[in-house]
Amino acid sequence: MLDVKTWLDSWPVYRQLTGSDPMGRGKAARSKGTESTVSRTATADRVVKSVCPYCAVGCGQKVYVQDEKITQIEGDPDSPISRGRLCPKGSASKQLVTSPTRVTTVKYRRPYGTEWEDLDLDTAMEMIADRVLDARHKGWQETDGGKRVNRTMGIASLGGATLDNEENYLMKKLYSAMGAVQIENQARI
Amino acid sequence: MPGLGASFGRGGATNFLEDLANSDAIVIEGSNMAECHPVGFQWVGEAKARGAKIIHIDPRFTRTSAIADLHVPLRIGTDIAFLGGLINYVLSHDLYFKEYVVAYTNAAALVGEEYVDSEDLDGLFSGFDAENRHYDESSWQYEPDDSPHEGSDQPGEAAEQKRSDQHPDVKKADRAQAAGSGGPPIASKPKRDETLQHPRSVFQILKRHFARYTPEMVSEVCGVEPEVFEQVAKWVTENSNRDRTTAWVYSVGWTQHSVGAQYIRTCAILQTLLGNIGRPGGGIMALRGHASIQGSTDVPTLFNLLPGYLPMPHALQHSTLDEYVADAEGKAGFWGNKRAYMVSLLKAWWGENATAENDFCFDHLPKINGDHSSYRTIADMIQGKVKGYFLVGENPTVGHPNSRMNRFGLANLDWLVVRDLQMIESATFWKEGPEIETGEMSPETIGTEVFFMPAATHVEKEGTFTQTQRVLQWRHKAVEPPNDARSDLWFYFHLGRILRERLAGSTDPRDRPLLDLTWDYPVEGETADPSAQAVLREINGYGPDGLLSTYMDMKDDGSTTGGCWIYCGVYADGVNQADRRKPGKEQGPVASEWGWAWPLNRRMLYNRASADPDGKPWSERKKYVYWDEAAGEWTGLDVPDFEKKKRPDYVPPEGARAQDAIAGVDPFVMQGDGKAWLFAPAGVVDGPLPTHYEPAESVVENGLYKQQANPTLEMIEGPWNRANPARSEVYPFQVTTYRLTEHHTAGGMSRTLPYLAELQPEFFVEVSPELAQLRGLANGEYATLVSARTAVEAKVLVTERVRPIKLGDGTVVHQIGMPYHWAYSGISTGDSANDLLGIVMDPNTHIQESKVSSCDIVPGRRPRGPELLEFVEGFRRRAGVPSGKVGVNGRDPVEADAGEGATY
Amino acid sequence: MTISSASPAFTGRDPEHRLFGPLPDVQAEAGYQEEHPKRVGFFTDTSVCIGCKACEVACKEWNTLPMDDSHGTRDALGLSGMSYDNTGQLGANSWRHVAFIEQSRTVDLPMPTFGRPGDDRQGSGPSPATAGDDVSLANAQQSVLNAEALSEFDPQTGQTGADKQIRWLMSSDVCKHCTHAGCLDVCPTGALFRSEFGTVVVQGDICNGCGYCVAACPYGVIDQRKDDGRVFKCTMCYDRLTDGLMPACATACPTQSIQFGDLDELQERADARLATLKAQGVETARLYGRDENDGVGGDGAFFLLLDEPEVYGLPPDPVVTTRDLPAMWKAAGKAAAMMVGVALTAVLGSRRR
Repeated sequence: MLDVKTWLDSWPVYRQLTGSDPMGRGKAARSKGTESTVSRTATADRVVKSVCPYCAVGCGQKVYVQDEKITQIEGDPDSPISRGRLCPKGSASKQLVTSPTRVTTVKYRRPYGTEWEDLDLDTAMEMIADRVLDARHKGWQETDGGKRVNRTMGIASLGGATLDNEENYLMKKLYSAMGAVQIENQARI
Repeated sequence: MPGLGASFGRGGATNFLEDLANSDAIVIEGSNMAECHPVGFQWVGEAKARGAKIIHIDPRFTRTSAIADLHVPLRIGTDIAFLGGLINYVLSHDLYFKEYVVAYTNAAALVGEEYVDSEDLDGLFSGFDAENRHYDESSWQYEPDDSPHEGSDQPGEAAEQKRSDQHPDVKKADRAQAAGSGGPPIASKPKRDETLQHPRSVFQILKRHFARYTPEMVSEVCGVEPEVFEQVAKWVTENSNRDRTTAWVYSVGWTQHSVGAQYIRTCAILQTLLGNIGRPGGGIMALRGHASIQGSTDVPTLFNLLPGYLPMPHALQHSTLDEYVADAEGKAGFWGNKRAYMVSLLKAWWGENATAENDFCFDHLPKINGDHSSYRTIADMIQGKVKGYFLVGENPTVGHPNSRMNRFGLANLDWLVVRDLQMIESATFWKEGPEIETGEMSPETIGTEVFFMPAATHVEKEGTFTQTQRVLQWRHKAVEPPNDARSDLWFYFHLGRILRERLAGSTDPRDRPLLDLTWDYPVEGETADPSAQAVLREINGYGPDGLLSTYMDMKDDGSTTGGCWIYCGVYADGVNQADRRKPGKEQGPVASEWGWAWPLNRRMLYNRASADPDGKPWSERKKYVYWDEAAGEWTGLDVPDFEKKKRPDYVPPEGARAQDAIAGVDPFVMQGDGKAWLFAPAGVVDGPLPTHYEPAESVVENGLYKQQANPTLEMIEGPWNRANPARSEVYPFQVTTYRLTEHHTAGGMSRTLPYLAELQPEFFVEVSPELAQLRGLANGEYATLVSARTAVEAKVLVTERVRPIKLGDGTVVHQIGMPYHWAYSGISTGDSANDLLGIVMDPNTHIQESKVSSCDIVPGRRPRGPELLEFVEGFRRRAGVPSGKVGVNGRDPVEADAGEGATY
Repeated sequence: MTISSASPAFTGRDPEHRLFGPLPDVQAEAGYQEEHPKRVGFFTDTSVCIGCKACEVACKEWNTLPMDDSHGTRDALGLSGMSYDNTGQLGANSWRHVAFIEQSRTVDLPMPTFGRPGDDRQGSGPSPATAGDDVSLANAQQSVLNAEALSEFDPQTGQTGADKQIRWLMSSDVCKHCTHAGCLDVCPTGALFRSEFGTVVVQGDICNGCGYCVAACPYGVIDQRKDDGRVFKCTMCYDRLTDGLMPACATACPTQSIQFGDLDELQERADARLATLKAQGVETARLYGRDENDGVGGDGAFFLLLDEPEVYGLPPDPVVTTRDLPAMWKAAGKAAAMMVGVALTAVLGSRRR
């Protein structure tokens, strides 16, 4: 059994009547929950520096990680561009990661199919590679209008502008090597 | 952006956001900065607190206008007329910055005798080819200076180059955009008249060209009252001189027009005349809309560009490396080193396999020979010409104009790969698209195989974004992506690996480019994620002694590599400069030690212009970069955008090339003549000077010229892309699309998030009380908007923030505001605004005119199912528009009772 | 141990002064007698608000509040039709709320007009004759622009064109963390308490959902979550304060419209800002909740407004509902103490079993 004095101390009315908070509206009213309040920023395992993925202002973000989960994303006050501030989208960006409607497994729709099917990632990669080689072949042009073009018109691509520079770079490099030229980006829009 | 590129030599924003705090006046035009870049807007707030005048020029009164000192409601699509009016005001009142204009611009250059201005041809410039709807730019050229060192070493070759530049197929390939870093090539430096009096001097041509853009004309065309125009002119000119600077801020409110590049050109001319470029608190702040739009053009996934704005080789021009660099040989400025940049790129891609003997594998690159931009490609898809399509973080069936046409394109593919975070509409069109309900498509008729590949979020991968002011910022990986979610870097690396494994041993020459590729990036972790740092190092480039620190060290002999020459230096001193995070509070106002800006960490472009020709600051108040005679170098707050040791009195010796041919008084180092271009003899395909044209779907007649719309605008013909006739009574209202603070573009990253979805929960349109009365619309109720493409329904917000524009002749133009974030999935749903729009494009950029089109609006909800098709067809019939009916999956236009004159 | 009606709660120094009027050290009054942090607060300067709603989202993110519609209904969505305000009001699920008020007038006519549905006037000029109809049709979010007092420097007014002025007022509302908080005073369970930072916070582990506080709040802030029963409101991010961080809303706010800090410092800053605006001729500017002699003893979260409080949906003269309580307490004191004694005995007795 609990020491009666300790237990009594935790009881607001007792604290109220005996302590410095006679009206019981402050110190005496503090609950267990309140006394054990910890900010989840304080318990994070690490804080990772990042950049907001929405508009092009490029606001600095601090990403709090606990148990390998994102627990908070907020502005990085060190950034001279954003000075720690975020707009509503930047403030909501944790939900991008934790959204319950996020799809995290491969989905496959076969030709003329009416529903999605599941597919494992490796199989999907191999299937896509098959189709790339096939489309590349079908759309291949050695020449066009008598001029050498050595390209395929069978493959096209459209990227968003939330792609990293490194990603855009590998995309352009690979597409060019496979001969695809209809490579576009949101930047055109 | 060719508008900036052709004017100054680089397509990037000339200044940086924090520098807006130094402005004495800020004009926000073609941008809703407070709503679309709220955190960047803090710097406008800073300027305002310091007493700067804030002017917002926009058809709508927005959250930006609410904070501005003056909101100028102008008719949508008339910015050139307004800015042209300001140019005329500056020139006719002698308010331009004389020393600046004479020394730093091409005002003194003489244009050849063949040039005829649009003022004399009723809206057309000399050289128009009506059949191909394009210009031959030959007559826009400078009158060449006779001095021997300026011209090309191989005049014959140069002339050949110039001729082929004018070929329609080369034009279509969008060479203009290659001016992203390095101005357009010019044949020679011009003859000059420093008094600016010669009738063929650029200055005099400019004066004549804009003489008719009077306040009265502005009032007539833009619907802006003369006293309001005068107020803007006064504030801008009073705040543009030695002691004061004005900044202009724009975004897609300018680019998304059929004359978009020329909007920016007009602003460039004005800001140059006022001496505001390259100076603190001045400049043209291009606000990009997405995290790495700037990066996506610098390291482009664009059909016409290679990294660093090197053009994609063109079949008609570039069969060899020599031909590819011919336009650059012997030239001043950037073009002089083109071969070094290109060879370094080829070495980065094909490594040891690229040798001087095999032209450094130049022939491994596929060639373009026309417009292969995304809208053309969609049209090709509908015709079954494209087999496979990758959508990588893009949702065109919501975010692109004429989303309906986009869906038809996807329905006619063999296969589609969608990489995204959520099940976006571009992945579910075959099942849930609006055409299923109308009966135009069904899953049973759509053969497209769809792979939805889950993507990693921004915190689940490392890498760099390049934000709006050219700053690269490194992101660290916080956590691993869940389940099958992978970075796009992972996807492309492993796709490449598998393809190379499949083709190993192939003797087919067409497989050599893939097999010869350098593709050996180190991988990390359980998922074998390739190292983004290794990729960034490859982008930076290597020399014999390791990582390069500047592109000045790039060689054309194959001894250096570099995946994107303008990014060379991001790994200077072997350090990931993009990951520098010295707190802003511990740095000066320029904060050069936060991230890394291209080129070479210069935060303000052309900053040599912040000093006078002698190298002294124009004023103490606007001191920035200046010549330190004692130290013998340029110094100041920023890295000089100039050779550090080049004296202000340096005069290029005869025969000088590349940067050596740029004089000590030439701040625009990427231009062939070192000058800011008031007149663009090359690089802008629809005219050397901006001219007001009406939008393609204007409800008004062009008040300035007989030529109604841009004569070179691009269209895509088809039953799924019918145009509303200009000045049609059937589509009598202008409509403009835009974003809201609470959402992001096509909505995949906002409609799916509860806290954003609830803030703007439904698709709505904004109309004036006058239009509401005219059409019987009620606040909070539904209305249906109709175009020749389709009809969409939206809730109505009636607000005085949208107002009818009264033109000089008494015409009243009603404008409707229509945010475009919605579609059928996500938490917050609605019809898609982009379904309403057609596709017409700026010929420079192939960017669509989504900022202005026409429509009708009626109260109530739209018809459902096949009745919707009949409803829309009825409007077409009344407007004399050919039928828009299509066959299965949009593929075969079927004969419909479209009335007489229907053609396909 | 003796507990009697002689306890300080009922015999302390002039209790009347504890329930209204200025209170220089609100934490000390609440029992934090030894070293306590300075009282903190919000100063919301609506003259620089851009209505981005970052505060609303940052608050919901940090406090993991449910999505709701403009009526506070959980997991529901709908367009309110009230300008860009789809949050509607402060509530159990929305602890920050940005109000949007559209006002307009023609420059050459003193008669104010409304930008709202059903305006049946002709052309662009307002008709004085329709003013009565206007009033009857206006919805709560809209109000008349104070034409006489309006200055050309008014930070939230744009001259639009030559003939019209539009003012789009935006203001982020929040719990006021009153010096004399009615909610706290009436809370029978001690669920509401005054923190060491001087803020007023609901303790979720105590609240039993009686709802007395809801009626007691002079601002209509505190609200019950229907599917939960308990009450919720802004905590000024009590947990973040314990980690030395600013509240989530103030951290995010792009334009520093929401400023967080020591209350005395914020008051100074607000006075200076008001003086600046007044000097520029912005006669309509005023501070709200700044006056410690007002009906709630001044607010921990106060505002700079550009129009009458009612325009923003704020009560013009809020008075703590427990202002007259001390007199009542004197009479009720004995009985209450007796009940407490009984309760304590009962509980102790039960634990002994």
